[in-house]
Parts: sequence; structure tokens; C-alpha cells
Amino acid sequence: MIVMKNIRKTYRVARRNAGFGEAVKSFFHRDYETVTALDNVSFAIQDGETVGYIGPNGAGKSTTIKILSGILTPDSGECLVDGRTPWKNRIEHVAKIGVVFGQRSQLWWDVPVADSFELLKDIYSIPPETYRRNKDELTELLDLGEILKTPARQLSLGQRMRCELAASLLHSPDILFLDEPTIGLDAVSKIAVREFIVKLNQERKTTVILTTHDMQDIEAITKRIILIGKGRILLDGGVSDISGNGNIDHTVAELYRSYEI
Amino acid sequence: MQGYSDVNKLKKYVSFFRLRFVMGLQYRTAAFAGIATQFAWGFMEITVFHAFNNTDPAAFPMGFGQLASYVWMQQAFLALFMTWFMENEIFDSIMDGNICYELCRPIDIYDMWFARSVANRSSRALLRCVPILLVAFLLPEPYGMMLPKDFNAFGCFLISTMLAMTVTISMCMLVYMLSFFTVSPQGLRLIFSMTAEILQGIVIPIPFFPPRVRQILELLPFASMENVPLRIYSGHISGGEAAKAMLLQIFWILVLIAIGKLICRRAMKKVTVQGG
Repeated sequence: MIVMKNIRKTYRVARRNAGFGEAVKSFFHRDYETVTALDNVSFAIQDGETVGYIGPNGAGKSTTIKILSGILTPDSGECLVDGRTPWKNRIEHVAKIGVVFGQRSQLWWDVPVADSFELLKDIYSIPPETYRRNKDELTELLDLGEILKTPARQLSLGQRMRCELAASLLHSPDILFLDEPTIGLDAVSKIAVREFIVKLNQERKTTVILTTHDMQDIEAITKRIILIGKGRILLDGGVSDISGNGNIDHTVAELYRSYEI
Repeated sequence: MQGYSDVNKLKKYVSFFRLRFVMGLQYRTAAFAGIATQFAWGFMEITVFHAFNNTDPAAFPMGFGQLASYVWMQQAFLALFMTWFMENEIFDSIMDGNICYELCRPIDIYDMWFARSVANRSSRALLRCVPILLVAFLLPEPYGMMLPKDFNAFGCFLISTMLAMTVTISMCMLVYMLSFFTVSPQGLRLIFSMTAEILQGIVIPIPFFPPRVRQILELLPFASMENVPLRIYSGHISGGEAAKAMLLQIFWILVLIAIGKLICRRAMKKVTVQGG
């Protein structure tokens, strides 16, 4: 179970106008502005739920994921994931979660994917039996066979993303955070990724929290939507309640407009 | 149970070391280029010191043979001791935000990067040292390598080499950790490696400094890097003096690691992941 209560996170940004004079001025005196990424964010997610976390760029989605996965420390507020505070018990916490950042890679660039998996096995201290079972199962579900022998740098984006998903599930985490997992993928790969996540949630009861800009991801995978804009939670409800019968893309665009985000 | 989990903990770093080590061994072209550079550099240095020695042998603080051994050893094990030999991947991950994947692993960042540096440096040194040592041993006296004085000296050399590499890495770890607090690590890195290059005895060995300066330099952590093992090998220091130098190495390792871990803890609290 995930509980976030009144989480606040601000960043300090140095801002100046364009131009040489301004650059010189800012060398001596810098104006900082505080940008609020998260403003009293609260929500609760039960075990086994699938939640789509949506909002426009810069709304605070990634910041939320990074706080939940123990990477960032918020300014204030409370957060408990299965009883652990992510940023206080980071090492203990991250051993039980899986994270995929769609725009980054966790695979070692110059060695075959299988080598990266072997390393993850030791990093997470996965028992050999569990490791073999998980690896076989993921290889089959994600159709990885030959791909595992290829160095990560020679994989296509779609192949790589399937490997990334497998890599973050080798240690059988209870919770999976997906930050834009389908970004840049072609239709076939997108469908493969979506079907896999749905199956994972049904079979292993893994809690899935997904951020995306692709509303079809949301329709295919999640049952619940949390809408965030300008650092605040604006809406929290079932996907069917929100989309109704219309086109979900239009509905969401309408939502963004009505909340002026 | 406690013992079992400790073994597992160690296994993480060993496994990390292994992958990194194997990766290091696969960059063959880089190794060839490195070897060629190190030969050229070694010959140049020996020629310069030779001219110096010819002018006034009495002012030469080491035997010329000792100096030649010092230079060749330095070139052969360059990868172990050079402070500019830092890992761009680490700086990149801090700068572009890829560090978020490393932060969501059940592993200590400091320890992981330490293991990685040990692997990287030792794999590179291993690839490069053999041809350089071979040729250096074949060179005529006094330009080539001498064998160590006795078995004891050789043992001391091996131990203090390990210690020196550890000091070097814990120094570099400070730079990695401090880069969490700056936008670009380049300035920090440059100042640090320039300073180290002089104070460490790379440009000229520490015995060549004026006595007063030398006394101070020898206490600094920079002198606990290549200065100690190379001088032990060439026989310039031995016995009690060598033991004292090695104790000082251990002292600096403890201090530098403690400071590094402290900065690491602070950095983790304020880390902002750049680039969304």
C-alpha cells in the first residue's frame, strides 16, 4: 500500500534574461526563483491496483515517481510505501520495487543484455532458483530469446524497452513504477508492452503506477487515473468515469483546458 | 544468517567489479594507443633526467638507475595512480540524470563507484603493464628497469601499490561526490588533477623538490599515491622509512573515505535529478 500525504517539493531555478549584459550581471548576482514541483500532494494506492498518473509536461509526474522510488527527498510531507519511507530506508525500499524510466537505460551499453541481468541478480541478491524462474518466464513473455545475447547498444528501442521491463522485474518486486515506458515505441512494441503489463498485474498482482502521455496506454492498462497539474492533484477516479464513451484523448485535452494547466 | 547476508553484500560489489573488469579488457585499441604513449613519455622523461644528471651528478637526489625504474614503473602502472584517470560515465550520469537508475538499486553509491574504479583501473593497468615492463627490463643499464633489491622490498612494493591505488581512488571519489553540488564538474576536475600531478610526484619525483618543500609534501595525501610504491621498488626508501610511509597511506585512506562518505550522505539528501 502506498500513502502520500501533503508531499511538497520545490526546486530552485536561476533565471535571467537573454543577452551578454544579463549574463555578466548574473555572474555577480543571481536571482533564484523557487518552482513548486509538488504542492501538497496526497493519495493512497492499494495493493494490486493499476494507476495511470497523468498530466501535462512539467506537472510533477516524474518528481512524484522519483520520490516514491527513493531518489528524491521531498521538502515536507509523509510518504509510506508498504510501511517504508522511501528516502529514509532507501536501500531496503528499492530492493522491493521495480522502476523503468522510458527515457533512460539501465542496461550496460557494451555488454550483452544477459550480462546486465546477471549483475542485477547479484545486486538484488536474487536466489538462483527465483532468478532462473523469473528470467525464463520474462524471456518467454517478452520474447527475448536471441535479444539477450546482443549488446544493449545494438538493440532497437522496442527491443531495448522489453529488456528494460524484464530487468526491472527480475527480483519480483511488489510495486512497479513506469515512467513513460512506451515513449518512442512503434505500434507493435507498444501493444506488446501494454499486454505484458496487464498480464503481470493479473498474474503476479504487482501494483503498477504508470506515467504517460499516451492515453491508449491508460485505457489498455489502468483502471484508475490520477490527474496532476502545476504540482496539485486535480482529479482522482476510475478511467471509465472520466472517459465515458467518448475519445479519451479529447476528454483529457478538455480536462487540461478546464483546469487551465 | 548475518554471515550469509554479509556474503551477499560483498557479492554485489564483486559481481560489479567482475563485469567492469571484463568490460575494461575489451577495449584493445585504447590499450595499444596507451602503451605507445607511455613508451614515448617514458623515453622522453629519461632523456631529460639524463641531461640533468650529466650536468651535475652530485645534485641528483636519486641514483640514475633508481630514477629509471621509477619512471618505467610509473608508465607501466599509470592507470593505477593517475588522478586525471576519472570516469566520464560517472560524471555523465550525475550531469544528465542517469544516476536515477543507480539510486534505485539496493546498493551504496559510494561503495559501488569505488568497486567500479578499482575494476577499471586494475583492468587497464593489467592490459598495459606487461609490454612496457618487458621492454623496460631489456633496456641496458642504467636506462632500464632494475629488479627489486630483495623479496621483502618486492612484497612491500605490492602492498603499497594496492594502498596507493586506494588512496588515489578515494581522492577521486571526493571529486565525484563534489560534482553533485556543481553544474559542471570540469573545473573541479581540472584543478584537482593539475594540483595532484605536481604534488604527487608525477611531473618530477618528490625527492627532487627542495628539502623544506619536500618535508611538507611527503605528509600530504598526494604523496601517499604513486610516490611510495615507486620509491620502495626502486630502493630509494626501505625498512622503517617504508613502513612509516605505508602507515601514512593507511591513515589517508581512512580519512579520505570518511570525508567522501560524509559528502555522499549530504549529496544524497539534496540530489536533484537533472533533465526531467
